[in-house]
Formats: sequence, C-alpha cells, structure tokens
Amino acid sequence: MFQETVTILESRQIADNVHTLAFASEQIAGATRPGQFLNIKPNSSLDPLLRRAYSVHRIEGDRVEIIYNVVGKGSAIFASKRPGDPLDVLGPLGVPFHYEGEYATAILVSGGVGIAPMPVLGAALELLGKRVINIHGARTAGMIANDGRLIDPRFATDDGSLGFRGNVVGALEHYLEQEGDSDLRVFACGPNRMLSALGGFCTARGIALEVSLECQMACGIGICQGCPVEMGTGDRKYTLICTHGPNYDFRDIILDSLPSVH
Amino acid sequence: MPSTEITIRNVTFRNPVLTASGTFGYGLECEAFLDVAQLGGVVTKSISRKPRDGNPPQRIAETTAGMLNSIGLANVGVDVFLQSKLPLLRERGATTIVNIAASSIEEYCEVLEMCEEHEGVSGYEINVSCPNVKDGGLNFGTHCPSVAQITRELRRRTDKMLAIKLTPNVTSIGEFARACEAEGADAVSCVNTFIGMAVDVRTRRPKIATITGGYSGPAIKPIALAKVYEARKAVRIPIIGIGGIMSAEDAIEFMIVGASLVQVGTALFIDPAAGVKIARGIEKYLVEQKIDSVRDLIGSLDTSMQPSLVAAGWS
Repeated sequence: MFQETVTILESRQIADNVHTLAFASEQIAGATRPGQFLNIKPNSSLDPLLRRAYSVHRIEGDRVEIIYNVVGKGSAIFASKRPGDPLDVLGPLGVPFHYEGEYATAILVSGGVGIAPMPVLGAALELLGKRVINIHGARTAGMIANDGRLIDPRFATDDGSLGFRGNVVGALEHYLEQEGDSDLRVFACGPNRMLSALGGFCTARGIALEVSLECQMACGIGICQGCPVEMGTGDRKYTLICTHGPNYDFRDIILDSLPSVH
Repeated sequence: MPSTEITIRNVTFRNPVLTASGTFGYGLECEAFLDVAQLGGVVTKSISRKPRDGNPPQRIAETTAGMLNSIGLANVGVDVFLQSKLPLLRERGATTIVNIAASSIEEYCEVLEMCEEHEGVSGYEINVSCPNVKDGGLNFGTHCPSVAQITRELRRRTDKMLAIKLTPNVTSIGEFARACEAEGADAVSCVNTFIGMAVDVRTRRPKIATITGGYSGPAIKPIALAKVYEARKAVRIPIIGIGGIMSAEDAIEFMIVGASLVQVGTALFIDPAAGVKIARGIEKYLVEQKIDSVRDLIGSLDTSMQPSLVAAGWS
C-alpha cells in the first residue's frame, strides 16, 4: 500500500448522480488487485476530516478510476474536482476477491455504484479463462452506471426502462432458468438489502456467493477498528471490513449486523 | 541540532511525539508508512486481561472537524499481546508504553504484573477513562478515590514509568491529576475523549450504535488545551498532552501550555505517518526559533501580556 498525492486526469458525471474520477499512479495501478479499495481525502481541510473509501473501478495502464454517488459533503467535493487537481490517495487496501478455483462461469451481480469493482474483477476472471456475465441493476435506466466496460452485461431496472423488469435477484433467476448454468460462482456488490436478498437466493440454490461490502471507514488500514462486521463462523465475533474484507464468503458473515449504508 | 529528548522517570523519549492509544493498533499495522523507532514512543491499544470483541457497528461517525468513536476496547488480550505483538515492537526499536484497561483493580494489577515479566515494555499508561464500555474505566475515571487507589496499587507493583490517562468528563481534572501525583504516578495523560453525540435527522437515529461515544479530532483541541492548562496548575509531574493534534504547531501549543510529551491520535487515521511528520516539524520549529532544547518549551506560556492579534488569527 502507498500514500501518494496523485494528479486527477478526468472527473465526470456518467449517469444520474453517478460520477467517475480518474487519476494517474503507476504504483497504485500496478499493485491493485480485483476488489481492493482506496481511501481518499476529499481535500486538505479539517472538514471533512476523514478519508473516503472507494473500490477501484477501472485500471488502464497507470490510469486508475473510481465511481461514486454524491451523497454528502465528501463526495460533493470529489465531484467538483477538475483535471490537474491533486488528490491524496491511500491504497490499494483490503483483501482482493477470492476468485481463483475450479468453476466455469462467474456471474458478477451489482446494484447502483456496486458496479465499482466489477470491471477489474471481470478482466482478471477472463485471464483465468472463466466465462464472465454481469447482471447490473438500478432503479431506472438513467441511473444505470454502465460505461461500456462490463463484460456481457444484462441489465435490470425496477421500472423496466432497461432490460429485465425487476431486481437483480429476479434477473439472476431468469438467467439461470434460460441458461441452466450450474458450474458457477456469484460475486456481488451493492446495497446491503440487495446483498441480503441475493444471499438468501444463492444459499437456497447452493450457489457460492462472495460479497464486497461497503461501509463508513476512518483509517482503512486496521488502526481505528471502526468498521467491524459480525462473523457467523470462526472464533472471532467481528472482523474489520478494511483489513479482513471487504470481500467475504456470504456464509461467513452476518450481513444484518451492519447498518444500511443508503 | 536542538535536543528533542524528553525523560520521564527512567524512560528517554527521542522526541516528544507518541501515538495515542487506540489510534495506532499495536504499532505494527503502519510499517508501510513509517519506522516506529522514529516516533517518541508507541502507546498501544488498551490491553485487557482477556480478549475483547468490542462494540457492534456503527462504531464511528464523522462530525465537523472531528469524529465520534465507540470501539469498546476491542483488543487481543494481554497473552496474545505479549506473545505476538510486543516482541515485534521491541525488535523494531520502538519505545513502547503499554496502555492497560480493566474492569477491576485486580485486573489492572494482573495485566501490569504480566507485562512486568517481559522485555520491551518501557512504561505504562492506565486507561481509567474509556467512555465506551460500562465496565471499561470511566466509572473509575470519574471517581477520584478509585483513580487514587488504582495508581497506588500499580505504583507498588512497578518501577517503570506509570502514567494515568484522565478523562476530561469531570468537573475538575486538576483534582484527579493531584490524586495521581500524590499516589506516585510519574505523569498524567490529558485528555481522553470527550463524550459526544450525533444524530441522523432523516432516520432520527444516533449515528453510532452506543448512542454517545468518544469525541476526538481537531475540533476538541481548544478544550483539551484548557484541560492541560488546568492540570499544569494543579501538579508538578509531567503532563502528556492529547486532543486533536494535527500539526507540529498544535503539538507545540500543548507543550507551551505545559505538556512534556504529546500524543497524536485521530490525525493518524488520515495520515499514518503524522506522528513522525509532527516530530520533524517540532525540530524545524526549534531550529527556526533558535531554541536549544524542546524542554525549554514546556510550560513556557507567557500570560504577562494581552494575547496578540496575530496569535488570535487576525494576521
């Protein structure tokens, strides 16, 4: 992990309330693995005080990109950044997705800005020779955050304005009925409610599910102990999402122990 | 070069900047960013007799120029600390101050006695003031006879540096500092977090699970400075100043008011190397101001004249 003041290359809005920010860093681009995150200071002010944690969305050469919703003081500052502005970035952080192993198809399920880790994960899975399918959901077509980087995308919208009408769990069920795929794993990122519903579905069908959790963090490196998730297995009651996660086998955690983020 | 060393009892700190307990893990998590031997010292996370899980989420919330925490003394327990953390700190040349938390006087004594048997402990800081667990010390910390008794019992059991970490959530911190001094403490750490609270107005829920928590960060610095000033007037033993230190200038303020050492806490969550940077900043200030020793700063507050407008920020 590195702490680096980088230079912003691009800052833009790509969908309703969905923004991306790209910067150049050879060392962060080179070291980041699928599912890892960055902890970024909005500016050098004491208010907002803390860094903000974001998954790495894309890596191209030494260009690193994050994707986010504007939800508060920190993200509003990110949205006002312009190319050339400096950015204080700490990362890459966290344990990557556990995506190696014997299986044929990886289904990457994301909701809203839960799309964040999927392009980097998809690319790594293709290198391993896996078949990759993305199922991405949002409330309506205008909020779909796809920027053309998802491999084999299927969309789901609550209002049916794009793709499957319904949520991503319905879309996954629909896909499985159509394709009859069985040698698969699901990787998911999105609101806790979505992960919870998906977890129920996958558990009932015996499908392996790894979830990437979002939560408020202070340090991102294990020293503040501020980001616990309750464990359903093992001998520890809690692990820290920053250093033990953010990517967990769904069966290992008690998702309902977490406060909902949005 | 000016001297940056500070000695308390038999411990010489290479500079006056320590990491605050609970903000730097066990001192080993941040090795990618700094050499712990460059710090004045590492104060460990509070260590208890048995491992503690800590509080449920949500444990932290950001506030204006500050934050709330309610970690609940999550720690590995003294056995694991002594076996797997302390030897590594020693290997890396850290000056290690073990912070101890307990729910009874016997537990404080037991943890300290276990530490006494190991190499690599330079001294102790006793947490009598965690605001986040029912049995974690604040009940002791707000009851002066208890603080006095804990100090007395621990003093009998160690010749090492013994500092008592005081809570600011009392009417008179000077009274508590005097009790510690009278019972043989070598220093008092001022201050632990203030009790604070924040509410999400959309859900009307508290922003942290325990409703109230420990308030830290740059927002509390003026209040913490006033507490150090009060303690300085009450006792002659060294004071370890803590509260919202983000820069060398902040640290120097605490020393001028009367702190011999300072601890950096919340700043480490933003920059894990902040402690080392602040130590370097203090040294630079000493050079610029042509001050021979950092000790000359301690308690050098000049109250003979009205505050200058420049100092008040109207430059």
